[in-house]
Amino acid sequence: MEKFVKITSTAVPLPIEDIDTDQIIPARFLKATTRDGFGDNLFRDWRYDNQNNPKPDFILNNPNFSGQILVAGKNFGCGSSREHAAWAIADYGFKVVISSFFADIFKGNALNNGLLPVQVSESFLATVFEHIFADKNTQLEVDLEAQTVTIVGTNISEKFEINQYKKTCLINGYDDIDYLLNLREKIEAYEKTSKYLSLVSQDQEVEA
Amino acid sequence: MTSDKKTLFQKIWDAHVVTSIEEGPDVLYIDKHLIHEVTSPQAFAGLEKRGIGVFRPQNVLATADHNVPTKDQHLPIAEPLSRFQVDKLTENCKKFGIELYGLGHPFQGIVHVIGPELGVTLPGMTIVCGDSHTSTHGAFGTIAFGIGTSEVEQVMATQCLMQSKPKTMRINIEGELANGVLSKDIILYIISKISMGGATGYFVEYAGSAIRSLSMEARMTICNMSIEMGARGGLIAPDDITFDYIKGREFAPKGDKFDEAVAYWRTLFTDEGATFDVEYTYDAADITPMITYGTNPGMGIKITEHIPTVADLKEESGKASFEKSLAYMGFNAGDTLIDKPVNYVFIGSCTNSRIEDLRLVADFVKGKHKAPNVNAMIVPGSKQVENQAKAEGLDVILKEAGFELREPGCSACLGMNEDKVPKGEYCVSTSNRNFEGRQGPGARTMLVSPLTAAATAITGKITDVRELLNA
Repeated sequence: MEKFVKITSTAVPLPIEDIDTDQIIPARFLKATTRDGFGDNLFRDWRYDNQNNPKPDFILNNPNFSGQILVAGKNFGCGSSREHAAWAIADYGFKVVISSFFADIFKGNALNNGLLPVQVSESFLATVFEHIFADKNTQLEVDLEAQTVTIVGTNISEKFEINQYKKTCLINGYDDIDYLLNLREKIEAYEKTSKYLSLVSQDQEVEA
Repeated sequence: MTSDKKTLFQKIWDAHVVTSIEEGPDVLYIDKHLIHEVTSPQAFAGLEKRGIGVFRPQNVLATADHNVPTKDQHLPIAEPLSRFQVDKLTENCKKFGIELYGLGHPFQGIVHVIGPELGVTLPGMTIVCGDSHTSTHGAFGTIAFGIGTSEVEQVMATQCLMQSKPKTMRINIEGELANGVLSKDIILYIISKISMGGATGYFVEYAGSAIRSLSMEARMTICNMSIEMGARGGLIAPDDITFDYIKGREFAPKGDKFDEAVAYWRTLFTDEGATFDVEYTYDAADITPMITYGTNPGMGIKITEHIPTVADLKEESGKASFEKSLAYMGFNAGDTLIDKPVNYVFIGSCTNSRIEDLRLVADFVKGKHKAPNVNAMIVPGSKQVENQAKAEGLDVILKEAGFELREPGCSACLGMNEDKVPKGEYCVSTSNRNFEGRQGPGARTMLVSPLTAAATAITGKITDVRELLNA
């Protein structure tokens, strides 16, 4: 996984609440068997009409706004567990999503792909939107080490929370599987004590 | 929690912790990992890249459901990308030694329908699947939840999952349900109260006399939609209704093992005095047939109520999203939905496609006929459900009523396979999500119970089923 330490970038504002993963990547684009190329269909039905023409009123089609940070309304990423949503956002070029609230599964999926979900207060989110809409060149600095997000050139800044284990993984580019593969003995020891495995053992033998 | 009183959730969670990481998640052992064609291929590719196999292939079970046609399943899948994805699952299962109930297999079906009906889902287990409706299995008193593909790979590699322990919520429904009100109405009612994100970060236990009186299939409908209020999962303490359902099923423990299992399962309940982070109680008598009017499952009302107005919103920040939602649906604030014409009715999905759902619908439509404007599709959740329906003659009743009984799959729930609702059309649906474009680009979904769907198919307009039941 790619390491994440700190970025400074302009941002794309999307002040809609409850953006579900069906909007981020509709199901009909989930037929791929690799992780690549989902960015082309990010927010597909908000971004393009049914003739595949860009809809001019959608923010990703507005040439005034660009950057590596997506700023969205609360409860971002709700609905389906499809990791394709995180892949699509990352593949499009975003490194960070800022919102005042994230759905659980999306947050986990993002972290597993080096895409940083930054949860800020409602009031801070409103301030960020105001600054971006007032000046499209507004830069945001997201510092994972310090756990801060700052509107560059102002003293407006907020701390954000992140699980310390996940923070270490992101900064070093580790993934969970490397960690778990080293726990094999503990996992096998657990299996010997498992109530469930003993109940179904007539149907399936647990390897010693 | 310092108290030795534990919730049902805590008992099962604690029994599955292999080890805990300091200031990090727990390493949770996963008893059963369910997989399907859409969220698994990249996980298998990941294992190959690492040069490792599936750690416990016997603890993994696969089926093809999301991306399959629900017509002519004996023929090769026509759409090339869908065929490739389903073939990839077959190839991966063969390569990694995983049991697959693919198209044509008598056990094939929607992953959350087949687990319970085969006796694979048992109380006290941990179950995961790359699908957010995995919470369905919670009806048996299991910790079951949806995961992303990186986590699918994690479980394949180690049979474990890193998870931070969620907070706990209990929702009690007390009293008796009125005639015409189903468990689908209970869960739509709950979500309308708690809101789409209101249970994010929590695992929910459903309790109370109204829940206890429900059949297993009705309980599954409730747990299924836990994710629609943000909860990672929902569960119900197992009882005699649960044990009777499990007994004799294909892969359920048999003989002495079953008795031993039941003795253990009887310990799976929330201790008197155990505390929840949040608790809500609702009166079953206040629940009526429900319907959604907007583009998330929290936007639900009693079928006779009017769509709220901006003034009714609790938070100013939600105004733009609310207006966007009504514009998409083509509704006005303050409208009533009763008598709105509807051309599409979909009965199916992991929420409502089990044999009891089909029986309820067949019983209701027997001797009636769908309205001429309506396209009424009913899709069984599994091959076993389909065969059972045919054995009971439900297929004949449904056909005579003008309903099309299809072959099993996720079908029009998610707009992925060929079953879709056309742009701009309204669909009254027993599925679980009414997001923009969920049933196809531009499709407008209203979530309801199977009875409300059946009543709407008969009249061709949104109907309070109680009026037809009392007539």
